[in-house]
Amino acid sequence: MLQVKDLHVTVEGNEILKGLTLTINAGEVHAIMGPNGAGKSTLSAVIAGKDGYEVTQGTVTFDGKDVLEMEIEERAQAGLLLGFQYPVEIPGVKNIYLLKSALNAQRVARGEGEMPAPEFMKLVKEKLGYMKMDASFLQRAVNEGFSGGEKKRNEILQMLVLQPKLAMLDEIDSGLDIDAMKVVADGVNSLRAEDRAILLVTHYQRLLDYIVPDQVHVLVDGRIVKTGDAELAKQLEANGYEGIEESVA
Amino acid sequence: MASEEMEQLVRREYKDGFVTDIESDTLPPGLDENTIAFISKKKGEPEWMLEWRLDAYRQWLKMEAPSWAHLDYPPIDYQSISYFSAPKRPEDRPQSLDEVDPKLLETYEKLGIPLHERAALAGVAVDAVFDSVSVATTFKKQLGEAGVIFCSISEAIRDYPELIKQYLGTVVPVADNYFAALNSAVFTDGSFVFVPEGVTCPMELSTYFRINAANTGQFERTLIICESRAQVSYLEGCTAPMRDENQLHAAVVELVALDDAYIKYSTVQNWYPGDENGVGGIYNFVTKRGDCRGDRSRISWTQVETGSAITWKYPSCVLRGKDSIGEFYSVAVTNGRQQADTGTKMIHIGEGTRSYIVAKGISAGRSDQSYRGLVKIGPRAKGARNFTQCDSLLIGDKCGAHTFPYQEIGNSTATIEHEATTSKIGEDQLFYCQSRGISEEDAVSMIVNGFCKDVFQELPMEFAVEAEALLNVTLEGAVG
Repeated sequence: MLQVKDLHVTVEGNEILKGLTLTINAGEVHAIMGPNGAGKSTLSAVIAGKDGYEVTQGTVTFDGKDVLEMEIEERAQAGLLLGFQYPVEIPGVKNIYLLKSALNAQRVARGEGEMPAPEFMKLVKEKLGYMKMDASFLQRAVNEGFSGGEKKRNEILQMLVLQPKLAMLDEIDSGLDIDAMKVVADGVNSLRAEDRAILLVTHYQRLLDYIVPDQVHVLVDGRIVKTGDAELAKQLEANGYEGIEESVA
Repeated sequence: MASEEMEQLVRREYKDGFVTDIESDTLPPGLDENTIAFISKKKGEPEWMLEWRLDAYRQWLKMEAPSWAHLDYPPIDYQSISYFSAPKRPEDRPQSLDEVDPKLLETYEKLGIPLHERAALAGVAVDAVFDSVSVATTFKKQLGEAGVIFCSISEAIRDYPELIKQYLGTVVPVADNYFAALNSAVFTDGSFVFVPEGVTCPMELSTYFRINAANTGQFERTLIICESRAQVSYLEGCTAPMRDENQLHAAVVELVALDDAYIKYSTVQNWYPGDENGVGGIYNFVTKRGDCRGDRSRISWTQVETGSAITWKYPSCVLRGKDSIGEFYSVAVTNGRQQADTGTKMIHIGEGTRSYIVAKGISAGRSDQSYRGLVKIGPRAKGARNFTQCDSLLIGDKCGAHTFPYQEIGNSTATIEHEATTSKIGEDQLFYCQSRGISEEDAVSMIVNGFCKDVFQELPMEFAVEAEALLNVTLEGAVG
């Protein structure tokens, strides 16, 4: 589904990713772990199309299409969706309005036509319940005055409504207490499907107790230095990243 | 309407020899006392009105154009302007929509203006006039039953001279400022509204429905009076872009609210802004002022300004009556090479007066925009309160936003709050929306409309919808 080959990315002249290669197939859950500054968030940002990242070498393809050639919104319309570590506030824009606009923009781009309003409301209410969110969330401005936990839940709510093919979640666990993390993890787990892949970017292993990945990649200094199964994450938790770096070196 | 009488009047005037060109309804460029006499006579005005105009003209001659605004434009040659242009006769107007600039029609379509109204806005002769006349007649009957007077200012001068003498120029004196003086001398059109004691006007009044709205002149004069406990909501302006060969637009609007009266005045202004290089476009120099003359009276200005090459406009409230309230809600959008210096003045004179200011400025392209606001609390305004919120949003990196707040506090019991923010339209906000599959253009419009929400919700419903559409049209291509 997603193929990243020998990806080199610079930000303001500094090379952050130095030849990253990664393949994610439908139905799989991958976790990327690594120390701060290793380039974890850069990877998902480049795939989503954020400005300010220069790809100097390598390719990213999604379902055979060249992602790097696509506009930001085209990537989302193709089924690539990024859940943000720090979702921005958009004052005056209702949450429900953003959800509806996003869903319909994606549907129209795929030739499916806009979803009728009653059907949309039913869908949103169902997913809200899943995320244990009150309906009043829909009427609030996007992320404005949301607590850290509410913002993260809101990101997952968007995933549940928009149903991407590849959900990329950037540090979705940061700043969550244990109860909120369970709710978020339940949401993510409900996304698991044969035709969908999930990419988790995280600093800590604890999230992976709730969302068990098929593959764990350790990203150090712009490269994946080790790949393994869920056990690898546990080792990391015990020995830290330094142990890995030493074993690689 | 008195259009036939007008026609006759106009024809008769030619014989009097004010203009040599019998075929033309337009005065040659130039301004002197004869020009003013011509206008006054053409309007069938009484002698006292002419004197009033001439007094304004003589004062104007001694005045100088203001230079304090943060605006840059070449000096205006007042002798190169024609001060009277009669509405185009039906045979001179486009006979069908086929003859209208397709670009203009495209914009109407984007704004969602109904087909028959598009014709009216574009100045098409036949159906438009029919429509408006019948609509206007229906309205007149209903208003008449309620005792509300709604007519052109010229009609009011002829038919209600006592009201005009009592109120005209009492809020904005003839020599109030350079442009107001010019307007007082040469105004040719505008609206008059009188709502008698205890009456709530049964409908929202709009220039939109006035048959001459499509050919409104350069110098409008509007006067709205609400007697005690009377209420009116007035909508001004055309929500569609008007191509206009005129360069200078200097209007004066006066509002008078007596005890417990409420006037709500909403404007959506979208005059031609000039092209992307700053060629052409309207210079909009407008004096708007409301006088809360009575106790507990309330005047509310809501404006959405998207047009004009230059905007110089400060709708204000003089809060004279005890516990009176002044409000100003504004969205100003500039794109291309537009310049706007706009804001408000809240003059607190009476005890317990309150004012509320929410100003939202959006600059895009190479435009430049300033908010200029004065809050003045007089010595007798015990317990006066003001709240000001002033937010600027920048799109791109070639535009400018400035804030000039002035406060003159003459009373220690007053409470003043001022909040101001300037933000660049967030790259992060745009990316967030786009990464959900929303196009850049739709994302900008979503973010900008969200930014303006506090003001849009003050607009009457149908205006709010058009204002949003207008914003989108104005900002088209602002990013990228």
